[in-house]
Amino acid sequence: MTSDQTHSAPFQIHLETGEDGSRRVVLQGAIALQGLEAVTAQLQAVAQAPCGGHTSLDLSGLEYVDSAGALAILKLAEAIKAQGRTCSIDHASPNVQGLLNLIDLQALVQPSLVGTGRRQDVISQIGEGFLAFLRDASKVIIFLGEIIIDLVTLCFRPGMVRWRDVLLYMRRAGVEGLPIVSLIALLLGLIIAFMSSLQLRQFGANIFVASLLAIAMVRELGPIMTAILVAGRSGSAFAAEIGTMKVNEEVDALTVMGLNPMHFLTLPKVIASLIVVPLLTMYANLLGIIGGLIVGVTLLDLTVYSYIQETRNILTVFDFVSSFIKTVVFAFLIAAIGCQRGFQVRGGAAAVGEATTSAVVAAIFMIIVVDSIFAIVLTYYPR
Amino acid sequence: MKLPEAEPIIIVEHLRAEFGDNLIFRDVSFQVRRGEIFVILGGSGCGKTTLLKHLVGLYRPTAGRVLVNGVDVVAQDPVEMEQVRRGTGMLFQAGALFGSMTLAENIALPLQQYTNLPGPLIDLIVRMKLSLVNLNGFENHLPEEISGGMKKRAGLARAMALDPAILFFDEPSAGLDPVSAVELDLLIKWLNAALGTTMVIVTHELQSIYLIADRIIMLDKDAKGIIAEGDPRVLRDTATDPKVASFFNRQPVGAEYQRLAQKLQIRLTTVAAPLEGSTGGG
Repeated sequence: MTSDQTHSAPFQIHLETGEDGSRRVVLQGAIALQGLEAVTAQLQAVAQAPCGGHTSLDLSGLEYVDSAGALAILKLAEAIKAQGRTCSIDHASPNVQGLLNLIDLQALVQPSLVGTGRRQDVISQIGEGFLAFLRDASKVIIFLGEIIIDLVTLCFRPGMVRWRDVLLYMRRAGVEGLPIVSLIALLLGLIIAFMSSLQLRQFGANIFVASLLAIAMVRELGPIMTAILVAGRSGSAFAAEIGTMKVNEEVDALTVMGLNPMHFLTLPKVIASLIVVPLLTMYANLLGIIGGLIVGVTLLDLTVYSYIQETRNILTVFDFVSSFIKTVVFAFLIAAIGCQRGFQVRGGAAAVGEATTSAVVAAIFMIIVVDSIFAIVLTYYPR
Repeated sequence: MKLPEAEPIIIVEHLRAEFGDNLIFRDVSFQVRRGEIFVILGGSGCGKTTLLKHLVGLYRPTAGRVLVNGVDVVAQDPVEMEQVRRGTGMLFQAGALFGSMTLAENIALPLQQYTNLPGPLIDLIVRMKLSLVNLNGFENHLPEEISGGMKKRAGLARAMALDPAILFFDEPSAGLDPVSAVELDLLIKWLNAALGTTMVIVTHELQSIYLIADRIIMLDKDAKGIIAEGDPRVLRDTATDPKVASFFNRQPVGAEYQRLAQKLQIRLTTVAAPLEGSTGGG
């Protein structure tokens, strides 16, 4: 205490045994957090050494003690007393004595108010997990229902949404997502055309690369790839934004101001996605087909005209309409699940991270499930 | 413990802070002495917290330097900075406890990172730190399960984990009820007396300033620097600067005073006379 730890002498311990069996333990130098392990080992040895009488801990030579060091000294005294012997702490300077007084040994053994063990056996964990899943599913369904009701109400009262926010989220989710969507779609088109041409060329069926790619892109890959990209880019962003607002009590502030967080935060995001995702998907379809065109013209000796003609012949209006409906559903699910996960956040930063992850995972899961349903329904749908 | 001419532990020389074109303060110089409770105060928006973040090296100044325990914080030499960081602790406004960790894990974190003590010993030290801030028994609570005042005390326990020579406080009493606030103030004073820790506190709570501060500096938004320095109890009685006087006597100042007085149709009496003399034009 009297000087800095770095300038203090290293810790030393001296034992002086008196004739009557009593002993004096002289502690010198510094007892601090740094090197405390070695010091406690030496002190433990003192505590366990056989001794007939009183033990006096002489602290007059101590140059520096921090609170951890003071704790070690008190623990030594306690250990000696626990063996039924007497022990006193002598010649402590006022500073050291102040530090010793600071520490309440009683408080250290007090049991914790709550236990660490919050673990359960496997069966209950499985049960809890399943119940949590059901609760979660019902919450998501209720949330989706609320949004649909709000969207219907919106048709009669367009003023209840801030359209400037809708434009903002259209830019964030749509325009700013354009580069990555174009890149992935173009590469996807190139790859599929190239891989399928390897097979089709053997039969001289080069021209069918165009039809294969057109159908694959428009019916399945375009909608799915775009939806997964938007879920990763924007669904996560929605969850993180609303989650952080929740942590900062901004959502509560909206409620107290009489603004419905649902209208204020969710609807603009959902509307923006509903507008932007179908557009992005069309764009992705186009770029995928262009990717196929590049492969067809450069590697397969097809003419641009014949490639486009083949693509036009194979695609029907039905393909476009079903693809469009699918993307609208995807867009709705991505935005709604993102917002729902955001509103679920309780606690701090870690909860925001969990919500973001869960938003992406749940959205992708729902995209795949819905896509499977569409695939079956559209196959058996009478045209 | 507090010798009047104790050696300085923090030296600030000609510090200047700007964010873009926005000048926060310029040419701020002062010293903090070892073992004292030093308060940085001033009205809202005068750069108190900014100054504190410069002292701990979170922000880098445009010009000037900060010496903490003889180490230049501005230079940010990695080895020296680790020394400085080990020797300082900071209590953030809302405690800044890690939400995913229990209180015990929060406090054990610096101990595990900076020392190689065995687990049981760290446990013991953690319990002692918690008992110092009167949170015994709350080892396994998560930060979200305790109140704001308890969070601040737990944050203080974490800041003290390594027995730092200097503790920084950012508005310790903000957001606390008067009783919790005064309890925290007394805890700070008690720890200062018992551990000899130098305390640097940013606050604008007058009562807490009178209770704990040994020395203060006062920053001002318009002067962009220090407008008063010294013992707050002396400053209250002797300050001639209208801003300083009005702060210590809780009076609105200058044009704002005129406006409020006019609106309320009353005369705010106590310091009205000197104020009107000095702000007659405004």
